[in-house]
Amino acid sequence: MKRIVLMGNPNVGKSVVFSRLTGANVIASNYPGTTVDFSRGRMKLGGETVEIIDAPGTYSLEPSNRAEEVALHMLQEADVVINVVDATNLERNLYLTLELLERGIPVIVALNMWDEARHVGIHVDERALEELLGVPVVPTVALTGEGIKALVSRISEARPSDRIRPVTEDERWVTIGAIIKQVERVEHRHHTLWDRISDMTITPLTGIPIAVAVLLFAFLLVRLIGETLITYVLDPFFNSLYLPLIERLSEWLGPGILHSILIGEYGTDINFIESLGLLTTGLYVPLGAVLPYIIGFYFTLSILEDTGYLPRLATLMDTVFHRLGMHGYGIVPLFLGLGCNVPGALAVRNMEAKKQRFISATLLAIAVPCMAQTAMVFGILGPYGFHYVVMVFFTLGILYLVVGIILNRFIPGESPEIFLEIPPYRRPSIRAVAKKTWMRIRWFLGDAIPYLFLGVFVVNVLYVVGFLQWLGDVLSPFMHMAFGLPGEASIALIIGFLRKDLAVGMLLPLGLSAAQLVIAATVLTIYFPCIATFTVLIKELGIKGMAASASIMVATAVTVGFILRIILLGV
Amino acid sequence: MGAEISLSDLSPGIKATIVALHGGHGFQRRLRTMGIREGKTIIVVAKQPFGGPLVLEVDGKRTTLGRGMARRILVRWEG
Ligand SMILES: Nc1nc2c(ncn2[C@@H]2O[C@H](COP(=O)(O)OP(=O)(O)OP(=O)(O)O)[C@@H](O)[C@H]2O)c(=O)[nH]1
Ligand SMILES: [Mg+2]
Repeated sequence: MKRIVLMGNPNVGKSVVFSRLTGANVIASNYPGTTVDFSRGRMKLGGETVEIIDAPGTYSLEPSNRAEEVALHMLQEADVVINVVDATNLERNLYLTLELLERGIPVIVALNMWDEARHVGIHVDERALEELLGVPVVPTVALTGEGIKALVSRISEARPSDRIRPVTEDERWVTIGAIIKQVERVEHRHHTLWDRISDMTITPLTGIPIAVAVLLFAFLLVRLIGETLITYVLDPFFNSLYLPLIERLSEWLGPGILHSILIGEYGTDINFIESLGLLTTGLYVPLGAVLPYIIGFYFTLSILEDTGYLPRLATLMDTVFHRLGMHGYGIVPLFLGLGCNVPGALAVRNMEAKKQRFISATLLAIAVPCMAQTAMVFGILGPYGFHYVVMVFFTLGILYLVVGIILNRFIPGESPEIFLEIPPYRRPSIRAVAKKTWMRIRWFLGDAIPYLFLGVFVVNVLYVVGFLQWLGDVLSPFMHMAFGLPGEASIALIIGFLRKDLAVGMLLPLGLSAAQLVIAATVLTIYFPCIATFTVLIKELGIKGMAASASIMVATAVTVGFILRIILLGV
Repeated sequence: MGAEISLSDLSPGIKATIVALHGGHGFQRRLRTMGIREGKTIIVVAKQPFGGPLVLEVDGKRTTLGRGMARRILVRWEG
């Protein structure tokens, strides 16, 4: 099958073009480095099925981070390249275009962001450009689909250029200068309102108060959406509709192993969090308790991503992250990780140095709870008072900083400075935000429900064979001494490897005090990532790196748990 | 002829022209592919405190660049 690879600088719209061509959905956001791995899709082209590949963005064919390496790797597989170019940024985008053409690969150029170019008064003569490059050039607006048909109809014309020959780097820039002179005309333009907002959000004096306000607002929005959905939709559904159904099923099933696995222990009141049945806990935790916050979080994150605010925040936070051995881009893995650690761990690929990636990934696993876990912590600690919830997150926040400073001191290697393109602010489209939120919700459901079912099932089996009781007894002295927790809490730690939200829920029937819950929830975040994140981290850090990272996690968990125990419970 | 200074010493809001890039080959290439090239007009939009990065504007596009990297860019400022 013919392979067509999308290549281009970061943030030029490759992923949107990919979605347009294939109908497959991938995440697109208004900051460089959204795509860190390739995605494959298919489309029909003149009766033939071809494969389309979306690759990470790269500025040149000499990679400077792991995401760019992936892009280069995909280029090896290309029969044809669709070079997506940002029409508002033609000059620097042409560097990669020339490099591609010099390699003699069949290329077609998509001159994307055509709408923005028009809007800001940049005129590009696409015919002249086509003539000079010696390959087809098609203006597109991937966001609206304008020009995509023309692009598709001309893919067959993609060919190696007969105009561009391999030259030295300096000569390449000379060629670019000559091309720009002939094809581009820029109108003088006045600063717009967006420019002024852009200035204010990136100047420290105004930018930092704005950042605090934005983050506070984002937090409140997540809570508002989550709580509203729970109060008005999910609680009524589970309590008034679903519970009676389960009660009837319970009567019908009667006591026995099937009842235990599906619903929970027979004869006790059905409790959606504590009963530990597939149809009770297994469904309620992901759908009733976590999903509402997932919706709130991803809706809010999508808005932050699509406006283009994240690179500004990365700039303002750079100095802090520098002390932690990373640079400002570290907020991207952090933010993505607050939703789910898996995309967070993948996003570390955008950082240039191994040291930065190691620290970013390790801190993510230690101190960044995913939204599923966060929702459950709010759920179980909230009733005791909001300050208990704050204790957990305050501890984790401090930990992010302290462990970061320590790792920066002791991990060898360089930590290059930030070098980040700041895209223009864009108004997020409601449709794009809705689509992106929906995609992520579907991934959550697809990942969460199987693991939750597995988790609930494993717990039931291990209880039946008596393993968990035995383990609780064996670990009881340690759990008590180190964390001031009963031995059974160790069971939650084991289940936490499968699903942390379920693990937090399993603390509830233990009858812990609020202070004990704070300790358990904090240790549960730190000690180890869930299996999904663990798998990604092994791939990103290597076995040795992961082993080092995991030792740091366990050591931190024991230390922090013990300190909390002393502070909260006394000796 | 104005004074030649390193970009990190340029005050925000002042127009200057990029004269030379120093540093490794790969670093220079990265600068150029991000639009920071000899002969371009450059403005520092903002400077983050405590030795933090600079925000630059070239050709109407913005880039955040670490302070140490900015030291390796020589500009002429028409003062
Ligand atoms: N105005 C306008 N915006 C666009 C167009 N194409 C894409 N965008 C927006 O540009 C941003 C970047 O799009 P992506 O598809 O994520 O860019 P990418 O090239 O895949 O970026 P990386 O994966 O980071 O390399 C998104 O916010 C898109 O909505 C376009 O033609 N016009
Ligand atoms: Mg992309």
